[in-house]
Amino acid sequence: MPIYLRYALNSLILLATPFVSVLILIWVARKVIARMQDRLGPNNSGTWAGPYALFQTLADAIKILTKELIIPEGADLWVFLAAPAVVLGSALLVWLVIPFGPTLQGMDPDIGIFYVVVITPFALFAMIMAGWSSRNKYAALGTFRAVAQIISYEIPQFLSLLIPIMLTGSLSLQHLVLAQQLPFALVLPIPALIYFLAMTAEVGRLPFEQAEADAEIVAGYFTEYSGMMFGSFYLAEFINNFSVSLIFATLFLGGWRGPWVMEVPLLGPVWLLLKGFLVFLVLMLFWGAMPRLRIDQILNINWKFLTPLALVMLIVVAWVNRLAFDQGATTLVARAPWLFAANLVVGLVTIGLLKLSSQRAQRRRDAQSFELLRE
Amino acid sequence: MLEQYGFVVIFFLLTAVFAVAPVVLAWILSPKKSSSRKRETYESGLRTFGKTWIEFKPQYYLYALAYVVFGVESVLLLPWAIAYVFLPFYAVVEATLFLLLLGFGLVYVWKKGWLHWM
Repeated sequence: MPIYLRYALNSLILLATPFVSVLILIWVARKVIARMQDRLGPNNSGTWAGPYALFQTLADAIKILTKELIIPEGADLWVFLAAPAVVLGSALLVWLVIPFGPTLQGMDPDIGIFYVVVITPFALFAMIMAGWSSRNKYAALGTFRAVAQIISYEIPQFLSLLIPIMLTGSLSLQHLVLAQQLPFALVLPIPALIYFLAMTAEVGRLPFEQAEADAEIVAGYFTEYSGMMFGSFYLAEFINNFSVSLIFATLFLGGWRGPWVMEVPLLGPVWLLLKGFLVFLVLMLFWGAMPRLRIDQILNINWKFLTPLALVMLIVVAWVNRLAFDQGATTLVARAPWLFAANLVVGLVTIGLLKLSSQRAQRRRDAQSFELLRE
Repeated sequence: MLEQYGFVVIFFLLTAVFAVAPVVLAWILSPKKSSSRKRETYESGLRTFGKTWIEFKPQYYLYALAYVVFGVESVLLLPWAIAYVFLPFYAVVEATLFLLLLGFGLVYVWKKGWLHWM
C-alpha cells in the first residue's frame, strides 16, 4: 500500500472518531441532564430511535441537514459562512496529537502540548467571526463576553500546564504520559484543579457559560445561525468538551496508563477513553447542577484567585521539587509526598485567606446595610 | 521525519474537508425559500433599530491588554519549564524572581483598578 494512502486512511479514522463519539456523547449529556432534572430524557416510546433512544442524535443530525440555511440581511457574508468551518476545524485538529496508546497516536511531535495550546484558541477566532459578522446585538454582546472570559482563563490554564511540563522536561504528550508513575492529579491536586476550572471556562460549560447564556442573550455569538451552520457550532462544542477531557486525562490522570496496559497494548485507548469519559461526565454534571456566574464574577475568580494561585504554585513546586531532588529523591514516586505536602499547605493557606476575605466582605455588607437602616 | 509531515499535511487537508462538509451537504439538501421576513435580524420580534457595529465600552479591552502582558511572559516561561530538570539551582532562583515580577504586574493592574468591573 502506498504510504500516502495509508496516511489518508489513518487521517480518516482519526477524524471519524470525534464525530462518532460525539453522536454518543450528546445522547449521554441529554440523559444525564434529564436524570438530574427528574425527567426521562430521550426515550423510544413507539419511535424508531432504538433501545433507550440511542440513535436519537443520528436522527437529529439527519434532520438538521435538511433545514434551511438562513443568512441574515446585515451579515458580512463570507466571514459569516467561514465561522462554522473554522470552529469545527479547530476542534478536529486537536485530535492529531491525542495519545491513545504507547504507539497509537496520530503523530507525536516534540511540541505536542504546545500544539494543543496553539490550536484550541482558534475556536475563539471563530466566535469573534461569527458574533461580529452576523450584525446582531446579542451576538456582539456574546462575543465580547466570550473574548474577555476565554483569553483571561488561558493564563491560569497555561501556568498550571507548566507544572507537569516542568516535572517531565518535555512537551511531547507521549513523554508526559510516560513521566506519570503516579497520575499528576494525585501528586499535584491544586494545579489539576486550576487546570480543570480553566478548561471548563475555555469550553464555556456551565458555571462559566457567559458566551452563550441562553436565558439572557438568546444564544450569544451563534444567535443568527440556523440549520447545519448552527449544527457545526453544536458539534464543535461537544467535540471540544470531549477533547479537552481527553487532554486533561492525558496530562493529569495518567493518559493511557493503567493496569495490564504493558501486557495488552490494546487496553491503552480503553483506559484513556474511560478516564476522558469520566471527566466529560463531571463537565455534564456541572452543566446540570451549576448556576450561571455573572461576567464580573467569572473574571474576578480568574484574575484575583486562579492566576495568583497558579503563580504561587509554580514557585512552590519549582522549589520543593528541586529541594527534594537534592535530598536524593530522584523518582517521581519518591518526591510525591513532598509535593503533596506542599500542595496541602498551599491549599490550607488559600482556604484560610478566602475565609478571611469573605469575613471582611460580610462585615462591609453589614456596615452598609446598617447605614442604610439609619437613613 | 519529513515524511511524517506528509501525514500532517494530509490530515490538515482532510480536516478542512470535514469542517466544510456538513454545511456544504446541508446546502445541497436544504430547501432554498428565502424571503425578506426570514432574513431579518433575530432579536425581539420588532425590526432592529440603531447601529450594531458600534464602539463598545473599553472594559473588555482592558482584560485583553492584561492578557497580552501575561501571555507574552508565560511564553517566556515555557523554555525554562522544559529545561528545568537539567538546570542548576540558580535557574530556580532566577525563575522565582521572574514570577515575582509577573505577580507584581498583577498587583499593579489590581491596584490600578483595571480588574474592577464597572
